[in-house]
Amino acid sequence: MPTLYDKLWDSHVVSQEPDGSTLLYIDRQMLHEVSSPQAFEGLRLRGATVRRPAAQLAVADHAVPTHSRGRPIADPQARDQVALLEANTTAFGVPYVALAGDRHGIVHVIGPELGFTQPGITLVCGDSHTSTHGAFGALAFGIGASECECVLATQTLRQRRARNMAVEVVGDLAPGVTAKDIALAFIAQVGASGAVGYAVEYRGEAISALDMAGRMTLCNMSIEAGSRTGLVAPDETTFAWLRDRPMAPKAADWDAALAYWKTLPSDLDAAFDRLVVIDAARLEPRVTWGTSPDQGAGVSGRVPDPSAAATPAEAERIRRALAYMGLEPGAPLTDIAIDRVFIGSCTNSRIEDLRAAAGVIRGRKVAGRVKAMVVPGSMAVKRQAEAEGLDVLFRAAGFEWREPGCSLCVAMNDDRLAPGERCASTSNRNFEGRQGVGARTHLMSPVMAATAAIEGRLADPREGRS
Amino acid sequence: MEPFTRLTSVAASLPAADIDTDIIFPARFLLITAKAGLGRYAFYEWRYQPDGAPRPEFVLNQPAFAGARILIAGPNFGCGSSREQAPWALHDLGIRCVIAPSFGEIFFSNCFRNGMLPIVAAEADIVRLQAETQSGAQLSVDLATCQIVSEDGQALSFEIDPWRRDALLNGWDEVAVILNSNMTAVARFEAGQRARMAWLYAGEQ
Repeated sequence: MPTLYDKLWDSHVVSQEPDGSTLLYIDRQMLHEVSSPQAFEGLRLRGATVRRPAAQLAVADHAVPTHSRGRPIADPQARDQVALLEANTTAFGVPYVALAGDRHGIVHVIGPELGFTQPGITLVCGDSHTSTHGAFGALAFGIGASECECVLATQTLRQRRARNMAVEVVGDLAPGVTAKDIALAFIAQVGASGAVGYAVEYRGEAISALDMAGRMTLCNMSIEAGSRTGLVAPDETTFAWLRDRPMAPKAADWDAALAYWKTLPSDLDAAFDRLVVIDAARLEPRVTWGTSPDQGAGVSGRVPDPSAAATPAEAERIRRALAYMGLEPGAPLTDIAIDRVFIGSCTNSRIEDLRAAAGVIRGRKVAGRVKAMVVPGSMAVKRQAEAEGLDVLFRAAGFEWREPGCSLCVAMNDDRLAPGERCASTSNRNFEGRQGVGARTHLMSPVMAATAAIEGRLADPREGRS
Repeated sequence: MEPFTRLTSVAASLPAADIDTDIIFPARFLLITAKAGLGRYAFYEWRYQPDGAPRPEFVLNQPAFAGARILIAGPNFGCGSSREQAPWALHDLGIRCVIAPSFGEIFFSNCFRNGMLPIVAAEADIVRLQAETQSGAQLSVDLATCQIVSEDGQALSFEIDPWRRDALLNGWDEVAVILNSNMTAVARFEAGQRARMAWLYAGEQ
């Protein structure tokens, strides 16, 4: 009867409070420089300690530059913010992944890489894209800084149980269509708040066929439909990926963990409160045209006409987006010229993403007017890509090859767009100002972003495929 | 935490859908590690022109609404990033209550930890409240009775989790509550989990 989410929830209930809330045990917490300073300060003010330092892992990713990494950070505010994380983790005995080390990377990339992320656990981080870790069958969700402090001090959070949503993705993806396109299709189908209050389990043959990178991309974007929690049931793909990771269970522990993890998938007769069906075979590569991740279409589509919207409110919402994006109703999406390309972010910066993007280059060059960059999600991804010669390929095509970090996904480091600049981006949010004041973002998959770089406009990555 | 009991104020309307936390608190200001004094950055791009001059059309720049402690917002207010700087900035502006048809979940939850009350109301009620308050009429929000009362005496009831209501009414600090009341149960949970799932405690004393 229980779903995967029910099992994860039920196995972490510390107490059911008379006031209707649940005190939920949190197994693991990841911390970064933006949402942790106030949490550590809170601990200090109340004279509290970190209850389980070994259950935490900290890394700086948002504010860090993706270039000139051998030198001190040039921006004094960013330098102070990273230094504060280092100082706080030292003072409270929390493990810290150093910026200069070979394990550095984006929090949602290195957690899984290190085996810190595991099936069956609860995992939180002061970051909405914590839903990424649900790809392993972990109950993972984003929290605020006050809640970070609560977890540091008590290893618990007071929570309310979510409802269960199943997203059944049937059929097979066509070549050139990826997990990112499933995510964008799901968000467009239910809307930017369509999954609020739900834990979303992605299932079906197209999901089983996804590699872990694809599952992470999909779970990562659950928050863009309003859900804090995306889930994929752990299976052989998960176990093979995790085995021998530095922090994964070892020897007899591995066998015990594996036996437990195999009990986690939703029961065959599990009841979901809502079912959404997506036909993978009918998906085309998708791209957003608006300022909310649900405002997108297949690449063969057109910019919508607000006057054709179903309601006045929806018409107004489209009008506001098109005004910001500088787009004309009815224009073919593939007519939209771009200035910048960003391949990276916790959504799409893993080795599989970089291989896929590199695969469409095939000796071609980035279009003359376009500035394109690849930002690997971690040092491990960067090293692996370099071992495979992908950096040489990207550089030869005219891409910049950078150091790991959140980079252009969040305009609070050195990587920002100028006002009015238009970017083909593999990140997760096309919000107003997300990539810089006045910047215009089109979300898409790595293969489509690489294609856009070469064409200088939004383009169908399936064209020209051999 | 400062308790929330009853609040009477003019209400500023921001009816657009999906006002995300990047709009409420732009990312470039996240480099500030302090929690206080963030109000000046709230809605920065909507509030100020590139040269720093206030945009007169933005509601919180209008004299009648500059001191509003209540915000009436559109659907999915506070969606996106988990940054608690969004409610901190609103709080610093003096806002203590946001009424909207729906909210981003993390923003919603963050409000309660800062003495702020987010209220979910039906779209039709929102439209009525906006119409009533656009020329400066006040609303009273009473958490004890769970009602929003208009100047003409019309009362609109709202729902809230009992535990969140109690915490707001009393100004309880959640971490202190858990540290004072629940740690025996936490230790018991950990002992049981450790016995069943030793791998989650590998290397720990």
